[in-house]
Amino acid sequence: MTKDNQSTLQDIHYIKDMMEKSSRFISLSGLTGVFAGCFAIIGSVVAYIYLGSIGSAYSEFATSFPRHTMWDDLVFLIADACIVAFLSITCGLYFTIKQSRKKGIKIWDSTSKRLLVNLMIPLLAGGVFCIALLKWGLFGLVAPSTLLFYGFACFNAGKYTHKEVRYLGISEITLGLIGVFYIGFGFELWILGFGILHILYGVIMYFKYDTKA
Amino acid sequence: MKNIIEQLNKAFDNRVRLGIMSILLVNEEVDFNEMKERLDLTDGNLASHISALEKLDYVLVKKEFVGKKTKTTYQVSILGKKAFQDHIKALEKLLHKK
Repeated sequence: MTKDNQSTLQDIHYIKDMMEKSSRFISLSGLTGVFAGCFAIIGSVVAYIYLGSIGSAYSEFATSFPRHTMWDDLVFLIADACIVAFLSITCGLYFTIKQSRKKGIKIWDSTSKRLLVNLMIPLLAGGVFCIALLKWGLFGLVAPSTLLFYGFACFNAGKYTHKEVRYLGISEITLGLIGVFYIGFGFELWILGFGILHILYGVIMYFKYDTKA
Repeated sequence: MKNIIEQLNKAFDNRVRLGIMSILLVNEEVDFNEMKERLDLTDGNLASHISALEKLDYVLVKKEFVGKKTKTTYQVSILGKKAFQDHIKALEKLLHKK
C-alpha cells in the first residue's frame, strides 16, 4: 500500500484549505460586524433624539418632501452617518488586521483586493444614488436605498469572503425592499439592518471563524 | 483496492504540486510571486515543480513584460483540471472504501 488513510485525509484537507485560502478573504473578523452594529445603533439614537428636538418625527421627515429644504438638519444627519461609517471602518480594519496577523496571512493580497472591488462598486453607486435622492428632496427613500445598495454590495462581496456576508446581503436587500413600500418605517428598518443584523451576523462569524485558530 | 490506488495520479504525489493545482483550480490566473508566497516556497523550488506540471501539459505558463521586468503567470489547462479532479475523486474513494 502506497498511501495510508491518514495521509489521504491530510491531502484532502490540504487541497480544501488551499482552495479556500487562495479564493476567499478569511481574515474578516466577526467583531467588525458587532462594532459596526453598535455604532449604527448609537448613531441612529443620536439622529432620533435630534429629530425629536426639532419637533419632527422620522416618518414626518421622510414623507414631507419639504420645499424649503432643512439643510442644517440634513447636514447634521449626514455628518452623523459619516461618523458612524468612519468608526465602523476603522474598527473593522483594526480587528481584521489583528485577525490576519494571528492567522499569519497577508492582509493585502489578491483575495482582499477582489473583496474590496466587489464591495465598493455597488456601495459607491449607492452613495451617488443617495446624493441624487437628497438633491430631489426624496428623503424617505434614502434609508431604504442605503439598505438596498449595502445589501447588493454584501451579496456580491460574499463570494470572496465568509459566506455569512452573502446571507447578510440578502437580509439587507429584503429590508430595503420592505422600506421602499413602508417609507415611514425607514428608521426602524435601518436600525434593524445596520444595527441588529450586523451584530447578529458578527457574533455568528466570531464564534464560527475568529475563535478557531 | 489496488484499482483505486492506480487511479491516483503520480504527478500529484507531492504537497507542493497539490498546492499549485488547488490554487489554480479556483483562480483564473496566479502570478509567480503570489504562488510563491501562498505556498511559502523558494523561487527554485516553485519553478521546478511548475516545470514538471508544465511538461505534462497540466499548467499553462504565460510570460510577459511589465516595464523591464518579466511577469510570469500560471493557468490550469483543461487537461490539468480534469486530471486533478480525477485525483481528488480517487482520494475520496480511497477514504470511503476503508
